[in-house]
Amino acid sequence: MFDLSPAEWEAVRLSLKVGLWSTLLSLPPGFFLAYVLARFQFPLKSLLSGLIYLPLVLPPVVTGFILLLLFGTRGPIGQFLEQVFGIVIAFRWTGAALAAAVMGLPLMVRAMRLSIEAVDTRFELAARTLGAGWWRTFFTVTLPLSLPGVIAGAVLSFAKSFGEFGATITFVSNIPGETQTLPIAIYSFLQSPGGEGPAIRLAILSIVVSMVAIIGSEWLERRVVTRVRPT
Amino acid sequence: MSFDIDVEARRGDFTLKVAFQATPGLTALFGPSGAGKTSILHMIAGVMKPARGRIAVDGQVLFDSAAGINLKPEDRRVGYIFQDARVFPHMSVQENLLYGYKLAAARYAAPDHIIDLLGLARLLGRRPASLSGGEQQRVAIGRAILASPRLLLMDEPLASLDDGRKQEILPYIERLRDELKIPILYVTHARAEVDRLTAVVIGIENGHVTPRAG
Repeated sequence: MFDLSPAEWEAVRLSLKVGLWSTLLSLPPGFFLAYVLARFQFPLKSLLSGLIYLPLVLPPVVTGFILLLLFGTRGPIGQFLEQVFGIVIAFRWTGAALAAAVMGLPLMVRAMRLSIEAVDTRFELAARTLGAGWWRTFFTVTLPLSLPGVIAGAVLSFAKSFGEFGATITFVSNIPGETQTLPIAIYSFLQSPGGEGPAIRLAILSIVVSMVAIIGSEWLERRVVTRVRPT
Repeated sequence: MSFDIDVEARRGDFTLKVAFQATPGLTALFGPSGAGKTSILHMIAGVMKPARGRIAVDGQVLFDSAAGINLKPEDRRVGYIFQDARVFPHMSVQENLLYGYKLAAARYAAPDHIIDLLGLARLLGRRPASLSGGEQQRVAIGRAILASPRLLLMDEPLASLDDGRKQEILPYIERLRDELKIPILYVTHARAEVDRLTAVVIGIENGHVTPRAG
């Protein structure tokens, strides 16, 4: 049953790579946005959060289409990246990672924002009176206390990235070995005669990966929470 | 070491206007809830900005509206002990105690001595969540002193403890009062605490220093 063909392995490997990179790359901006939304009031705040959460409610194909318009070889950002840095992301696995990051960002920001909002600012004030400046307070108090939400956000983003379909196939198409991630491979197998067997294998594999991610994150969160939260 | 404050602040239609001095030893700021006692401490710690005035410790200006000086809380070397201990929940007792100590440039308090003074030796490896309210408050006190402040603010440190715990903490505060060579401003609305801890009392009522506190 689990003798995966090289093509199937390639899809799994690619999905893992896309998931990891999109999660890693969206962690810093994700936390920054979550922090800004949790702590500051400013004009157009609802517009900013609307933009971040938009991919959550928009049809994924629309998100992929927007990415194509912006980052495609003829898009303004895509042309800029190519001319200035020589980077092309359209129809590459890096483009798949970008699409996955955009789709995962709302989930990540939401989890982190809730967690940062739950950090008692009185602890930060105590740190300041003990001689810690803003940055030290951030790294020794705020960040560790919001760690459960950071982990939850990262796992959600990874899970979303691992299985993202609509925006990815719209933006970077379906190229085996380059942009054919696991869900796209399943879709392709289902389109071809006799592809049901591989499709089922990959479907089971995706269930396994997702379960491991969920259970792993719950375990990790529990460990962090018992360390951090007063009982 | 001496402490000097003369400030004015406004919050809605509440006006706070106080001026007083304090010398090494324990000075009680005594008055009813809502009199503005905590606001005074906030201004001294740098958390709240006075509309006008001057605050200085030992000749160093912490705030001076005329000269445009307003030091950040972390640069003031003013220790603050809160009603709720605010011991960092993600650090052990020892890590809490040494948090400010590691950051202090000029230290006068030695960890071993303070740990001994506050009876914390047995608690060093514990997590705050497993401590009683009184133990947490002792850790908070030790943590503040180990940052070697020039002035110590205590904001109703016993108010959230039951009577038994209060009796447990009071002797430690008395020891600190006798041993530390810095001014301690002790905010309270409890007559009994004032009577037990000090004869130096500044009455605060309705945002002003009362002319004569009993």
